[in-house]
Amino acid sequence: MVSTFEPKSDYKVIGTRPIRHDGLDKVTGRAVYGADIKLPGLLWAVVVRSPHAHALVKSVDTSAAEAMDGVYAVMTGADIPKHDDKVVDLGEGATNLKWAADNIMADEKVVYQGHAVAAVAATDRYLAEVAADAIKVEYEVLPNATNVRDALAPDAPVILEDLVGDDLGEEVRNTNMASHFRHEFGDVEGGFAKADHVLEREYSMQMVHQGYIEPHNATAIWDQEDRIKIWTSTQGAFPVRTQTAGILQMPESRLKVTPLEIGGGFGGKIPIYLEPICAILSKKSGGRPVKGIMERKSVFEASGPAPGGVLTVKLGATNDGKLVAAETDMKLEAGGYPGAAVGAAAMCVFSCYDIPNTRIDGWDVVVNKPKSAAYRAPGSPQAAYAMESAVDELCEQAGFDKMQFRVDNAAKEGTRRGDGVIFPRIGMEEVLEATKATDHWKSDIGEPSKPGNKRGRGIASGYWFNVGLKSSVNLALNNDGTVELVEGSTDIGGTRASISMQAAEVLGIAAEDVRPTVVDTDTVGYTDVTGGSRTTYATGYAAWKAANSMVEELTKRAALLWDIDEDGVQFEDGVFSSKADSELQISFKDLAGKLNDTGGPVNTTGSVDLEAAGGAFGTHICDLEIDPDTGKTDVVRYTVIQDVGKAIHPSYVEGQLQGGAAQGIGWALNEEYFMNDAGSMTNSSYLDYRMPTSLDLPEIETEIVEVPNPIHPFGVRGVGEVPICPPIPAVANAIEDALGVRIYETPMNAGRIIAALEENGD
Amino acid sequence: MHPFAYVAPKTVDEAVAVLEKHGERARPIAGGTDLLVQARGGRFDLDAVVDIKKIPELVSIKNDDSGLEFGAAVPCYQLYENPELSAEYPGLMDAASLIGGIQIQSRAGLGGNLCNSTPSGDGICPLIVHYGTAVIAGPSGRRELPVEDFCTGPGRNDLKQGEMLVSLKFPKPSSTFGAAYERFIPRNEMDIAVAGVAASVELDSGGNIAKARVALCAVGPTPILAEAAGAALVGKSADDEAAIEAAGAAAAEAASPISDMRGTVEQRKHLVDVLTKRMVKKAVERARS
Repeated sequence: MVSTFEPKSDYKVIGTRPIRHDGLDKVTGRAVYGADIKLPGLLWAVVVRSPHAHALVKSVDTSAAEAMDGVYAVMTGADIPKHDDKVVDLGEGATNLKWAADNIMADEKVVYQGHAVAAVAATDRYLAEVAADAIKVEYEVLPNATNVRDALAPDAPVILEDLVGDDLGEEVRNTNMASHFRHEFGDVEGGFAKADHVLEREYSMQMVHQGYIEPHNATAIWDQEDRIKIWTSTQGAFPVRTQTAGILQMPESRLKVTPLEIGGGFGGKIPIYLEPICAILSKKSGGRPVKGIMERKSVFEASGPAPGGVLTVKLGATNDGKLVAAETDMKLEAGGYPGAAVGAAAMCVFSCYDIPNTRIDGWDVVVNKPKSAAYRAPGSPQAAYAMESAVDELCEQAGFDKMQFRVDNAAKEGTRRGDGVIFPRIGMEEVLEATKATDHWKSDIGEPSKPGNKRGRGIASGYWFNVGLKSSVNLALNNDGTVELVEGSTDIGGTRASISMQAAEVLGIAAEDVRPTVVDTDTVGYTDVTGGSRTTYATGYAAWKAANSMVEELTKRAALLWDIDEDGVQFEDGVFSSKADSELQISFKDLAGKLNDTGGPVNTTGSVDLEAAGGAFGTHICDLEIDPDTGKTDVVRYTVIQDVGKAIHPSYVEGQLQGGAAQGIGWALNEEYFMNDAGSMTNSSYLDYRMPTSLDLPEIETEIVEVPNPIHPFGVRGVGEVPICPPIPAVANAIEDALGVRIYETPMNAGRIIAALEENGD
Repeated sequence: MHPFAYVAPKTVDEAVAVLEKHGERARPIAGGTDLLVQARGGRFDLDAVVDIKKIPELVSIKNDDSGLEFGAAVPCYQLYENPELSAEYPGLMDAASLIGGIQIQSRAGLGGNLCNSTPSGDGICPLIVHYGTAVIAGPSGRRELPVEDFCTGPGRNDLKQGEMLVSLKFPKPSSTFGAAYERFIPRNEMDIAVAGVAASVELDSGGNIAKARVALCAVGPTPILAEAAGAALVGKSADDEAAIEAAGAAAAEAASPISDMRGTVEQRKHLVDVLTKRMVKKAVERARS
């Protein structure tokens, strides 16, 4: 049973911009991150990684390392418990436990460069590095396939011998295709037959990394009672517990995971990497604490980036500018084990539009690259690049106005999404109207800053469905009327503030009177990942419930004080009062001081398991200036327009919109896994993996649209993922507008721009 | 990485003695902005770093009528913050002010950039077009080498065991000399050249180009002095578009780049052509001002 809520407009706390509770600790350096953990007797772990993209591990000789003074433990893949083919949910969707374990450390075969094969724990980092170098691994190198074209070729090397692919329900063996599924409705062929304009294009994309500044890290103690304590920076302490327990074949209850401050995640800090390794090394060293921190090179080569792939889109429209049919085929790189976000891509690809006849084919393809993971709206930016580029080109071909076409075909309440879901109340139309009303849209693009340079403007839209899932919040009332808020959601984007604000709104107190703490897995109820744009939505909902319970309990206390029936007590604007006697009033704070007289402490909890969320849409406007002689591209003006449902803390909403756009712009222009023929990434450093810096971006303007989500108490929709979807096609469309050439491959870097111009004869 | 010794000699002779003793396992350190990163990345093993910043000659700047000489450990900011040098040596200033951010420029210098000898070193081509000479000290005394002959391959140079760079010398430019350096990077900062070009010109009394040099970076195993590009300009009017086009084409011809994650052969040759034309025009503009 889903509750629905009427939107309100007269909030006291919601929609204001208080200083974040964790701000002072962060700016003064007191906040404790994964690398800050220091424990008595701490050992350092260093992981030995495969230099080969695809190879059999013939032998691992650890004897020299074991013989070194100061080396306490050495492990190989043989130390990871053996798993049968068993599909479980370890907190980030269904996972085959055998592959999840193999991804932590390879036993018989490495399937990507950087794949862990052994590890050592020693008294200091440098000694551990020397010991790791002394471990001799003998490989038999196999041919590799690092992209979907190579991996699906008839003569492709088979990467996972035990993979049974699912091709539209048929079992396939000796394949790199983990799955091929289809969503179809309407009459696609009939739709195209009615179309006056048909366009079909293919788009290629390279793998990209989230690029969080803080590398993966973990510290673990496996004590003599077989209890494991883990400290790590993660997007979800409970999923770390579930995943680590699953791989180590331990009951979850024997693990305690303490989440530390996190220096960026964007989806990439949902999977685990070092946690089981540090735990096993701890056990082998007699229960000493073992800490590991990835080098940047390993973060690129051995954590979970976003898939590249090959996508085709075919669109059909009638002369009056209505889409009548659409078809797509999306093949995404899973990495070394199945699990590309192609299912999510299918849920998003056509979702900005109301199209009567659609067919969506998705392929999850295993390649010799690190196993892909979530990255902000996983799958949707890839889908948006293909779809929104095709929409733009169709408009050019047919002579449609690019904005009017988007308005005329916009998805609305009742529109059927490509995978079958019927949209509830959504805000695509409102976003497009708000886009047209921005100063940016109404302003001329301006003259180039240098003679010879060209300017162009592109627009594009994007969608993310958002998720709900499980969250828990505990509240404890202090006698001065302040409230301790304990939550299980790690804070990666200001959610301590946005969750506290929702509690404060209910309690009628200031945001600053709620003190939020993110705690370990022993201290609060189960909470899913901070991801899926769910935290402000779902954990905020749990806080709302806990706060309502607190009001309910305090209503009883007021009734007790006044010796009246609790039905006779009302609560408004932070004041309890008697409905019958206006003299009987007590503020929330004053009542908090009387707890001992009325029955003792007031602690409440709220927990939720939300099946539905609220999908959200965004449209971006991108102005570029390009030097056609060098291909140098600068973003000169950029505006993000997005329906957020309700902005709890508008500054952090704006920050999410700006951050998502910045990452999308980097993906569009320069970021890529540059692979050589041996299957090695050659640009695994921030020097050559070119993310935009502050000097590469203008101030990103934001326009918040609020179409309240009817199933959230305050109307919240997820915010953080939508903004990475439109930038890639917005940049592509702006390049076309500036230069008259369209680029069908990311990154759309200077070299590709020059090549496209030359091909065009310019 | 193993522990290593830190040595801070007060004279060139003491430094040379340490370097000679340890061979490749000792390296001079000035700013350390390349050296420490490379050591930590496992590029080489060290027994000792030899801090050359305590040697007065290595940190001094001398500018008089005969020209400019600055020590190998002089950091970038000391060059571009000196108004006299900025006016006379514009190509060097372009390099000194674009290498790294302010923190890096406070440590790193053009001497270290030359000794690091990467093909993409932003500081090297400007030294070449300013007719720079490297002053080298070693166990058998001192010698001088034109900068264009210093680098011998990626990360390799003409320094022999026990030798170190002491200073860089430049002839005093005439009042009609101009130089400029620019590299192409996809981002606006924090990036490494896909291709870079330095150019210098000296104009005669009639406004024609009397001397010209063009040097290329990141398009070969070493920085390249593209002599044909310079020759295409000499004797021509400084406004001769055809001559400038010819210089661009000659520079692109002289480039021998590879395709890698930073760019392709075609892109780099194209960029050399574009940048050469731009840098020649900028050098001419500066020569006239």
